[in-house]
Formats: sequence, structure tokens, C-alpha cells
Amino acid sequence: MSDFNDFSSASVSEKAEASELQRMIAVEQQKAQFQAQVHNFTDVCWEKCVDKPSSKLDSRTEGCLVSCVERFIDTTLTITNRFTQMVQKGAH
Amino acid sequence: MDSFGSDFSSGAAESGKMDPGTIMEQVKVQIAVANAQELLQRMTDKCFKKCVGKPGGSLDNSEQKCIAMCMDRYMDAWNTVSRAYNSRLQRERARI
Repeated sequence: MSDFNDFSSASVSEKAEASELQRMIAVEQQKAQFQAQVHNFTDVCWEKCVDKPSSKLDSRTEGCLVSCVERFIDTTLTITNRFTQMVQKGAH
Repeated sequence: MDSFGSDFSSGAAESGKMDPGTIMEQVKVQIAVANAQELLQRMTDKCFKKCVGKPGGSLDNSEQKCIAMCMDRYMDAWNTVSRAYNSRLQRERARI
């Protein structure tokens, strides 16, 4: 059984297959990262927006959830930008 | 749950290598399973908080009904959040 990290003996087609596989796996990983973020946002925004579980998600709650996602992302960007500035200015 | 990716023999050719199709199948299944587990764990946490007051000797009827409703609402919320996040990503990509 050849070493999986040694591609020197692999044919051209085997190498092409391996990198295509890597690309396809990377696509699935990106999808999984998206799902993970949705889990996080849903967790946080459920706390902010849902009081009593009812028979249907009313439009007010829906609106709140959408706004929550947007504002959470805005907050992330704000913090990232300001923190970058702080670091560049040499703050501790 | 036996079909969830534990049998690696079916895709192996004579050389012992698995074809990319089988590998991708299994990758997708494993990711889907992990996703479902995450959903259930968070849903259980939220719905227990919302529906179960002082824990009694069993889950009474109102608690059971609340849990069922809560599950549906949590999944609705998940879908709403998923759409909102997707929209935002597309908007950000359009700006670049």
C-alpha cells in the first residue's frame, strides 16, 4: 500500500482525480460552514425574537429574525474593523 | 442508523481504492448527520427551556404539546435565518 502523501508515483489521471476530489470536498465543507453559522444565528436570534412558541411564526417574529441576522453580521463587521484599527494603532 | 457511512467496502474496486462518487456520497451523508445532530441538540435546549417548568414525574399533556409546537417553530426560525443569511451573502458578493 503506497503512502497516501506520496503522489510521485501517481499517474496524471490519478492526480487530476485527487485534486477534483479535493475541490468537491472543499465545496461540501463550505456548505457545512454555512449550516454551522445558521445554527449559531438561529440560537442567538431565537432568544431575541421568540417569546412563546405559537401555532405559526407570525410576521413580526419573522421580521425580527431577519433583522437579527443582519444586525448580528453588522456587529461582527463593526467589531472586526474597529479591532483592526486598534491593533494597527498599537493598542493593547 | 447503520447506513450512515460505516460500511466502506461497497465502493472499493479491486485495487482497494474507492471511487470519488462513493467518497462524496459518504462525505455528504456524514455532514448531513452532523447537521441533524446539531439541530436536535439546540432545539432540545430551547424547547426544554420554553416548555418545561418545574420538572415533574413525567411530561404532561401541555408540555408535550408545547414541545411539538416549539419544534415546528424552531425549524421555521431556522429556515428564516437560513434565507436571511443567504440573501446577505449574495448581497455582499454583489458588492465585490
